Amino acid sequence: MATTLPGVDVVTVGVGWTGGIVAAECSKAGLKVVGLERGQKRGTEDYMTIHDEYRYAIRYDLMQNLSKETISFRNNRNMKALPMRQLGSFLLSEGLGGSGTHWNGMTYRFLPYDFQIKTLTDKHYGPKKLGPDYLLQDWGLTYDELEPYFDKFEKTAGISGDDKNPFSGKRSNPYPTGPMKMTPMLTQFETAAKKLKLSPYMVPSANLSAVYKNPDGETINACQYCGFCERFGCEYGAKSSAEITVVPTALKTGIFDLRYNANVVEILKKGNKVTGVRYIDTISGEEFIQPANAVVLTSYVFNNAKLLMVSNIGERYDPATGKGTLGRNYCYQILPGAAGFFDEQYNTFMGAGSLGMSLDDYNGDNFDHSDLDFIHGGNIALTQTGARPIGSNPTPPDTPTWGSEFKKQSIHYYTRSFGIGAQGASMPHKENYLSLDSTYKDAYGLPLIQLTYNFTDQDRALHKYISARAADIMKEMGAKTVVPNAEITDYNIVPYQTTHNTGGTVMSLKPEDGVVNNYLQHWNVENLFAVSAGNFAHNSGYNPTGTLGALAYRCAEGVVKYSKSGGSLV
Amino acid sequence: MSPEKDISRRDFLKTTGIAAGTLVGGGLIGGLVGYKMHGKGTATLEHDQHGTVTEETGSPKAKMFFMNQRDFNILANATERIFPEDDLGPGAKGLDVPYFIDHQLAGQYGSNSKEYMHGPFGEGAPTQGYQSRLTRAEIFKQGVQKLESEAQNRYKKSFNDIDGKQMDEILTAFQKGDVQMSGVTSAFFFTLLRAATLEGAYSDPIYGGNRNMDGWRMKGFPGHQMAYITQIEDPKFQKIEPNSLGSH
Ligand SMILES: Cc1cc2nc3c(=O)[nH]c(=O)nc-3n(C[C@H](O)[C@H](O)[C@H](O)COP(=O)(O)OP(=O)(O)OC[C@H]3O[C@@H](n4cnc5c(N)ncnc54)[C@H](O)[C@@H]3O)c2cc1C
Ligand code: SF4
Repeated sequence: MATTLPGVDVVTVGVGWTGGIVAAECSKAGLKVVGLERGQKRGTEDYMTIHDEYRYAIRYDLMQNLSKETISFRNNRNMKALPMRQLGSFLLSEGLGGSGTHWNGMTYRFLPYDFQIKTLTDKHYGPKKLGPDYLLQDWGLTYDELEPYFDKFEKTAGISGDDKNPFSGKRSNPYPTGPMKMTPMLTQFETAAKKLKLSPYMVPSANLSAVYKNPDGETINACQYCGFCERFGCEYGAKSSAEITVVPTALKTGIFDLRYNANVVEILKKGNKVTGVRYIDTISGEEFIQPANAVVLTSYVFNNAKLLMVSNIGERYDPATGKGTLGRNYCYQILPGAAGFFDEQYNTFMGAGSLGMSLDDYNGDNFDHSDLDFIHGGNIALTQTGARPIGSNPTPPDTPTWGSEFKKQSIHYYTRSFGIGAQGASMPHKENYLSLDSTYKDAYGLPLIQLTYNFTDQDRALHKYISARAADIMKEMGAKTVVPNAEITDYNIVPYQTTHNTGGTVMSLKPEDGVVNNYLQHWNVENLFAVSAGNFAHNSGYNPTGTLGALAYRCAEGVVKYSKSGGSLV
Repeated sequence: MSPEKDISRRDFLKTTGIAAGTLVGGGLIGGLVGYKMHGKGTATLEHDQHGTVTEETGSPKAKMFFMNQRDFNILANATERIFPEDDLGPGAKGLDVPYFIDHQLAGQYGSNSKEYMHGPFGEGAPTQGYQSRLTRAEIFKQGVQKLESEAQNRYKKSFNDIDGKQMDEILTAFQKGDVQMSGVTSAFFFTLLRAATLEGAYSDPIYGGNRNMDGWRMKGFPGHQMAYITQIEDPKFQKIEPNSLGSH
């Protein structure tokens, strides 16, 4: 039998960036908040022996334990979905700070075009550009409306950048801290890009260029370029993450109660409202009911959708009829690019998670697509994140994958090769969606969330075009051998690609087009909020968290507003 | 480090009754025996059950997973073909990769304890990834036995007694999925074996491979360094003597 606990104002499911932001803003506004995190406490003091590639980058020590919960996957509706038994394509999180603990920290704002993609694409290219299978839609909020929230997130995280991107939406303020350091390979990229009349700028970075105190009074240290960043926690407290910013801010209020090993299994609903959540203490096995006036789902893309589905809230998407919004518009990203092999040696092992230069000349609608068979594009970047020896064994084409030639080449090119990579935008397609698995269950008896996903013709065309642009830059940089990324075929869940999953719980201007409104408030249940990259109606050509952080601030404002006024916020 | 010393170390571990078995699953160190790695891959054994015994020696070398020397040697010979000794430096054997893999198989890695291992098990498409009902430990055990039976079938000799070219032929057949295995394909076993070999060559020596940090030294990777903030802008390539977490 579940024990019912004393009620609170707000409960968040998960405490990563989104849960932390909501907890900080709501508790600062005087609301009593409980944060339920299924994983454990962790923080800077736990990262003293973090420079261990095998443990953290290869065996994923900071990430989700799949023996308890995973997703199932198939490429299309005719296949039987099977569980993702090992992490691979993307790395799900568990524990305080969520993925923000071990992220890179590249913190972009999506383009003004993204938020009005349907309207602007139709306007420029007519309504038939992509065809009816692509479920393109506006987000229900413009870039300008979201700008103050972008600004707020950047200030909380202290983002380092140079304000040199000519394609950026309007900014009310410069980046809080200056750009990171330049390195030889970045300088080479910059020179080549400028020669090609492109517009390189420093990647906006959550690895801070200088010590910074944020508006909440939290201090973030300066990055030491240690080369163990992506997939690792920062032993210096120099990589902005929830556990060194918004979580301490929330705890300081004295009215934020953060509970670990608390796995939420159900959103409880009565009439048109939710009453709280049911969770399991994963250590004792005890079951609790946490009543709350407002429930905020901050458990990442997959579990936000899953919790709504298992709690029977909202209409699930059916690709056969096109009906239902919950689970619709799942998008990912595709990774065009080109590898370069050089004679000179570079300090490839040095770096930081978001150390890099990038350009947006081929992103969004920044270039003309009239004669192209795709829309959007991708941010193209050269990043120096720290190449490590297990994960980095580059070899020129036609090198065997093992044996003496492999050994020789992979050692030689470890410090003489790098890639220019793009994050290709991903458009929603009617056959790409989230649902519940009918066979496989998690450790708590709930069905796994099921992913049905494959690359589309739009993806393949975009990938080919952008890879060729990346190769142009690599050639201009003087690489001896340039190898554009191989054309994509079917999506494969095995090799790591990116943890930029989006969609499933999209935001919209009208109830029939999405799951939540532009305050991330559920269309049918006014005291339920869901914030994650699941709210994105499509995925852009950037990392998601800048935009996600902005949405989390927007959501927090909505929760505070709701606590005063009640009712629908739009 | 002389081979004699390694042997005496092995004997020492055997006779203490604690053995290297306390170094389980990815170098997690149990309560009784702790290793502190020093500069050049030497270790201090601290053992405080009956007072403190301290001994300077190399990486712990005892089998925790493979039960007989023949199987262990098959693994060792296969990894050496994948990552052979050459004029750049040691191969898998010289880097203690076989010990690394053996130790990993005895722990969390071998038992897939952080992976979703519930049925039903379906074969699935390649895009759906690992769908075997077998753990890595089971796959390696069977894989090594298959390497042996394949050598017996083809050459009427043990895998350990055939020459390098013959070993490569067999490994290539595994890589292509041409060898019949049960519950898993030979291609999948080969992928695991190749990955584990590189992991053993290049992980921190605290895990028992990358002996003397020579894997890192060959590659020009400095291992654990606190910071590069003073070097990151330098146009010159930096040759830095590697450092292990064990020397923290
Ligand atoms: C290796 C890596 C590199 C990345 N690099 C970048 C980058 O450079 N730039 C960028 O913009 N983004 C990057 N990302 C993505 C970024 O980390 C995520 O977008 C962001 O952290 C997501 O925040 P979130 O709060 O939505 O979810 P999460 O961080 O995933 O947090 C969700 C939390 O909810 C908890 N939870 C889930 N289910 C339950 C439940 N049922 N009950 C209780 N708790 C639950 C989880 O344990 C977790 O702590 C990267 C991700 C990874 C993995
Ligand atoms: S690269 Fe910088 S921010 Fe990243 S972990 Fe190292 S010191 Fe921290």
